[in-house]
Amino acid sequence: MPEKSMRHAINDALSEELARDDSAYLIGEDIGKAGGSFAVTRGLHDEFGGDRVIDTPISEAAIVGSSAGAGLTGSRPIAEIMYADFMGLAADQVMNQAGLFKYMFGGDVTVPLTIRTVNGGPGSNAAAQHSKSLHGLFMHMPGVRVVLANTAYDAKGLLKSAIRSDDPVVFFEHMELYNREGEVPEKSYTLPLGEAAVEREGADVTVVATQKMLHYALDVASSVADDISVEVINPRTLKPLDVETLVESAKKTGRVVVADESVIQNGPASYIARRIEEEAFYHLEAPVEVVGVDDTPIPFSPPLTEAVVPDASDIETAIRGMPRL
Amino acid sequence: MPDEVAAHAEQLADQLQEMILIREFETRVSSLFEDNELPGFVHLCLGQEAVATGACWAIDDDDYITSTHRGHGHSIAKGLEPDRMMAELFGKETGYCGGKSGSMHIADVDQGMLGANGIVGAGPSLAAGAGLSIEQSDEDRVCLSFFGEGSMAEGVVHESMNLAGVQDLPVVFVCENNQYGEMTPAEDQHNVDGFEARGEVYDMPAETVDGMSVQDVYEATAEAVERARDGGGPSLLICETYRYHGHYEGDPTTYRTDEEVEQWRERDPIDTLEASLVEGGHIDEDEIEEMRAAARDRIDEAVQFARDSDYPDEEAAFEGVYTEEI
Repeated sequence: MPEKSMRHAINDALSEELARDDSAYLIGEDIGKAGGSFAVTRGLHDEFGGDRVIDTPISEAAIVGSSAGAGLTGSRPIAEIMYADFMGLAADQVMNQAGLFKYMFGGDVTVPLTIRTVNGGPGSNAAAQHSKSLHGLFMHMPGVRVVLANTAYDAKGLLKSAIRSDDPVVFFEHMELYNREGEVPEKSYTLPLGEAAVEREGADVTVVATQKMLHYALDVASSVADDISVEVINPRTLKPLDVETLVESAKKTGRVVVADESVIQNGPASYIARRIEEEAFYHLEAPVEVVGVDDTPIPFSPPLTEAVVPDASDIETAIRGMPRL
Repeated sequence: MPDEVAAHAEQLADQLQEMILIREFETRVSSLFEDNELPGFVHLCLGQEAVATGACWAIDDDDYITSTHRGHGHSIAKGLEPDRMMAELFGKETGYCGGKSGSMHIADVDQGMLGANGIVGAGPSLAAGAGLSIEQSDEDRVCLSFFGEGSMAEGVVHESMNLAGVQDLPVVFVCENNQYGEMTPAEDQHNVDGFEARGEVYDMPAETVDGMSVQDVYEATAEAVERARDGGGPSLLICETYRYHGHYEGDPTTYRTDEEVEQWRERDPIDTLEASLVEGGHIDEDEIEEMRAAARDRIDEAVQFARDSDYPDEEAAFEGVYTEEI
């Protein structure tokens, strides 16, 4: 299978879905002629024209709010918000508009809206306003599906499903994974929303990891393989969450670490830990260990960033801290 | 303007009938709320009927509107039925949204009514989106976006007007200046002399209209709608009107004087239109009384329908959050 960067895989997914569905269009800042801040949409403006790859003013609320209205009226908008941090400017449009319409209007309408946005950036020292991982905020909003791009393969298959979903989806890419290459089939494929992937099988410890943490976890699993057999699970989508796969693995290994770059407090890793403890309690050797950002903004100075943002060593420490290995 | 009344007498009589219906609906909602028969909050548009009727008269069934928390008039003017609206206000399963929306979020997307909205300033961005859908599918539709002058202080309204402007979207922004944003006078909330400037900065035609005159609102909207359909992009209308009741039912309205309310009531959109139609000999008092009786009957039926309807089953509370798994 050919290797492609996540950037390339996402670009392919967008191109294929625009070609497949005339009601789909892209809308966002600098996505057209400029090709996107991270060059993800490069070439699409030339291929599909300015009417379907729409450059907007710097207006996050209007980008997402108009997409909610367009979704209600027969379009399938795919909005780009340059950084997840900027979703704060558009949060009302998800929390009080797009996410509620189906339910609030009685169940018959659909809002087939996808918002692509970008977590991460601490590794680029982008600091407090361009580095957060914010998928947890949107897990808290009924009516909204939350999907992560963790590998190039996932990114393409999940984005295509997100676009085809008739529910609003917030699709979180990761700034530091765009260049990472992975195997991506040439032919078109989709991945279902709600199915986790066991990326590496193991017997002693389960590590559930997202985005950059997933790749750290796979590296650690290889490096400790002589001592400890680590199973690595990629949850792929957080809402819906494939609790069954996570719990099955937890019951098998009895030890679980959840690693996610969000703030720990009330965050995705804490929620995943609770679901596993609830359903695999009598199979666990210890409480689920959570690796993440401990209630701190992301600082600028490289040594400070390293102190705050988890990396492979934090995952290894959590694994080695599990009892009776 | 007797000549103008004569030229449009038939349409004005129809518009009068609709405004009487809106007023009857709102008056009845007020008393039902006072009698504790309605749960939740209600915000009434008594006094503002000419804006809803005049503006919606200028669009077709397949056009869109976005509305506000004060949206009953817009809904009736867009063709929603009072019985299913009333049932929604009662929280009954026969309501437009199965009892999940209440007064503040009534919608009927199939009828082009994209929702009342409990978030001030939310409508214009949704309207811009409807405009984008219309452009994407190359249709001949337009979207009217009703919003109160209080929304003019919300950032997303400016973002949406700017986006609609740069994309030449077929949207008519209909600002209802009812003189108060919630419980604070408009002049204390906006440091501008009139709101036309807010359209001019986005290079869209802006016009201030007498919102107590259904004919004036209709004509201004019709012109803006025609421009939008012809590819001329968005417009802004500022309809000067007044809210007879408080921000919400139960608001003691200590922030304004009875004299001020009385001055606006002298320009009442229904009374003044009745007077000029009668004066011109286009309808007589009996016909007006028939209109009132018809409206009373229709709202009586709506209330009865709502009272007779069932509450939704509890299971419905957990349905309709998501579509089926894909």
